[in-house]
Amino acid sequence: MVIATPAAFAIAHNRFGLGTRADDAAVADPRADLIRQFDRFDPRPATIAAVPGSAVMARQFREYLAQIRPFLRANGLGNGMAEMPAAAMPARSTEADIRRDLRRQYQDNYGGQARARIAAALTTPAPFPERLVHFWANHFAVSADKLQTIGLAGTLEIEANRPHIGGRFVDLLLAVERHPAMLLYLDQAQSIGPNSAIGVAARARPNARRQPGLNENLGREILELHTLGVGSGYTQADVQQLAQALSGWSVGGFVRRQIGIEAPDGAFVFQPAWHEPGARSLLGKRYDQPGEAQARAMLADLAVHPATARHLATKLTRHFVADVPPPALVDRLAAAHVASGGDLMAMYRLLVAAPESWAVATPKFKTPWDWTISALRAVGAGNAPDLRVVGALGQLGQPIWRSGSPAGWDDIAASWAAPDALLRRVETAGRIAAQAGDRIDARALAPKLLPGVLTAATAQAIARADRPQQGLALLLSSPEFLRR
Amino acid sequence: MIDRRLFLGRAGLATGLLLGPRLALAAAPTDRRLVFIILRGAMDGLATVMPVGDPAYAALRGNFGPPPAAGAPLPIGAMFALHPALATTAALYAKGEALFVHAIASPYRERSHFDAQNVLETGGTAAYALKDGWLNRLLPLLPVAREPAVALSPTVPMALRGSAPATSYAPSQLPDADADLLARVSAMYAGDSQLHALWSQALDARTMAGADAQGRSNPVTLAKLAATFLAKPDGARVAVIEINGWDTHSAQAGRLNNQLKQLDGAIAALHAGLGADWARTVVVAATEFGRTVAPNGTGGTDHGTGGVALVAGGAIKGGRVVADWPGLAPGQLHDGRDLRPTADLRALFAGLAAEHFGLDPALVARTVFGSDPVRPMTGLVRV
Repeated sequence: MVIATPAAFAIAHNRFGLGTRADDAAVADPRADLIRQFDRFDPRPATIAAVPGSAVMARQFREYLAQIRPFLRANGLGNGMAEMPAAAMPARSTEADIRRDLRRQYQDNYGGQARARIAAALTTPAPFPERLVHFWANHFAVSADKLQTIGLAGTLEIEANRPHIGGRFVDLLLAVERHPAMLLYLDQAQSIGPNSAIGVAARARPNARRQPGLNENLGREILELHTLGVGSGYTQADVQQLAQALSGWSVGGFVRRQIGIEAPDGAFVFQPAWHEPGARSLLGKRYDQPGEAQARAMLADLAVHPATARHLATKLTRHFVADVPPPALVDRLAAAHVASGGDLMAMYRLLVAAPESWAVATPKFKTPWDWTISALRAVGAGNAPDLRVVGALGQLGQPIWRSGSPAGWDDIAASWAAPDALLRRVETAGRIAAQAGDRIDARALAPKLLPGVLTAATAQAIARADRPQQGLALLLSSPEFLRR
Repeated sequence: MIDRRLFLGRAGLATGLLLGPRLALAAAPTDRRLVFIILRGAMDGLATVMPVGDPAYAALRGNFGPPPAAGAPLPIGAMFALHPALATTAALYAKGEALFVHAIASPYRERSHFDAQNVLETGGTAAYALKDGWLNRLLPLLPVAREPAVALSPTVPMALRGSAPATSYAPSQLPDADADLLARVSAMYAGDSQLHALWSQALDARTMAGADAQGRSNPVTLAKLAATFLAKPDGARVAVIEINGWDTHSAQAGRLNNQLKQLDGAIAALHAGLGADWARTVVVAATEFGRTVAPNGTGGTDHGTGGVALVAGGAIKGGRVVADWPGLAPGQLHDGRDLRPTADLRALFAGLAAEHFGLDPALVARTVFGSDPVRPMTGLVRV
């Protein structure tokens, strides 16, 4: 039997979990406990269930569209297009007012979702699966930059990622690609096959203001970011084949309804009249399924493709072990993904069992999110985080659900360990410590949070602090606490 | 009085490999400034500098211009017209202080943003082949101060990462930590080589920024801040600014108009903030690749290849579009869909750096851009 060392306790909580809380009890076998956490993980805790979902976001957007459409028509921008840029040029004050109202509404929703995420991270009984929620939200990043995605980005994590965190990758993949946030963010919701019924009809009216067409953005990012990974051997032709198969995948409530079938607000809908007909070929394999089933079959194959396995294994190993993932461990994870038919638990179990994951000498530099959550857990923060925490994450360089690109945030120290970013962490540490007041004795807290990891130099710096708040700020700024 | 930069150039030629970089380090700091603006997301070069004189242009893009409220394109010669959002840049162009290089691209020929940005910033020929940025490799060749380079962002972008010292700075709305805490943190990091180095740079940069450290991070305030760093007599000589949001797959007209206004505002802020130093400044703005020649079905454009680079500054021989124009007819396109690149961004960067800082072009090509043969462009900068 493996005897759990103090350092193993620290790694289970800080590297696999979200940071030690002072009241975390010691467990006899940290490795077994990490796996048991999936039994007590709640995909829909009360704080998250209370947040309005994508259906409400869609309803709010439809109401906004109904108000603004007359202005768009007057400006020659209407044309049935639902999409508007986040900061389009206001033509009249009333139009700007309508847009500002929706932006406010969505920003309120965003704030509520972000606070629910933070509350779940602070209070979860299952920090390892909770960390994986954040990992997969970053893998399938939707950035809250466009007007529609401000309110929707968080619902992707809640509705598509959380329920599938310990299941099969194909279920996670399908839930994400069919979610309105992804369909709108990557311009899939209005992609129309040139030879579809609608495409053919539009060509018969050559003086139409805009011809409908295919958008290959989602197809490209599925191959490049979500499944196979860049440089894994697929071609531009594969991107186009997948994009054609995806044509018709759309969302109820957000898009021109006069030419499509009705669907509930925010619900996935397949529009047969937009779908490019015919058989497709992806990575050399023929897909002759009709309609929606075609892209589904492609995604099912992509989910268990060896290149996907390697891509996911590399990212997971980078997240939990090292910026430069040990190749042997990546090989083992990738093989397990393929052998298990894409069961995510197979890779998680190997990561937890791997000796490489428990090496004390090579910690990961925390991202701003990791650091902030672990600092709040360290001071015992509870259920109702201040909205200023959401703002602080922006100042620290990692605003929630706002990576700015579908590639998500980087997961290496070079992206986060930078001069100004470090200064901001220390400033924020001072702020958190000031709010905690003198109720926390950092001299006693430090060995609880960092058993087997705390250095004599840090302990001494804390002990010499001129007041409790300063000692706590030093603990949260310490080299050991900046890493996991 | 001998022109120091000219002297350095000659000395570099005479001593060649033996002394090159070391001589530079020993010299007094240069008074020349270089600003690199990274346009992340792939700016549509064909909508920025429109090739209205190309016979195929009207059919492809005639109905795909700026939104009517933005104004009419600004003609610059018979072949090209500027997007109306670039008003300040157009005025600089008229004074001979801005130019464009068209049909230009990095050596990258795939269509991934992230790989393409890595190539743009590392100056390599393939993604992730080089581990440091081209601007960082340029720094040891320059006669510069102790903190020669600054990125106006919370973290250092790839273009500036590497072994030469470079710092980063972005305005913060967080309250300042008290000085005693900062001093104690300094002591606590003394034994940690990574944190000690980062911490020292952060404190130096904060002192340097001084009173200009307020305000939100938009490209215009970042450009103002960059000018503050660059205008100091012992300040940075190389600055990097990032402008995100160019990936216009849909509703391009309004979005690109806003993006270009930001870029134009950043150029204007550099021009105003640098004052007399503008005469000794080169600004180069480049993106990871261009966009498809034909618009897509959602009022946007998709990932392409050839695009446009903007060069501005009082040190520029401007007022022209530098291009070996490849044409927009179907047979002239790259992969049948993209503007075919006829110029290499590395050659532009190498040429600008060599002429601006009075360095041997061959030395810059070899040291900064490696073994792949790059022929630095010439005649871009007033020397």
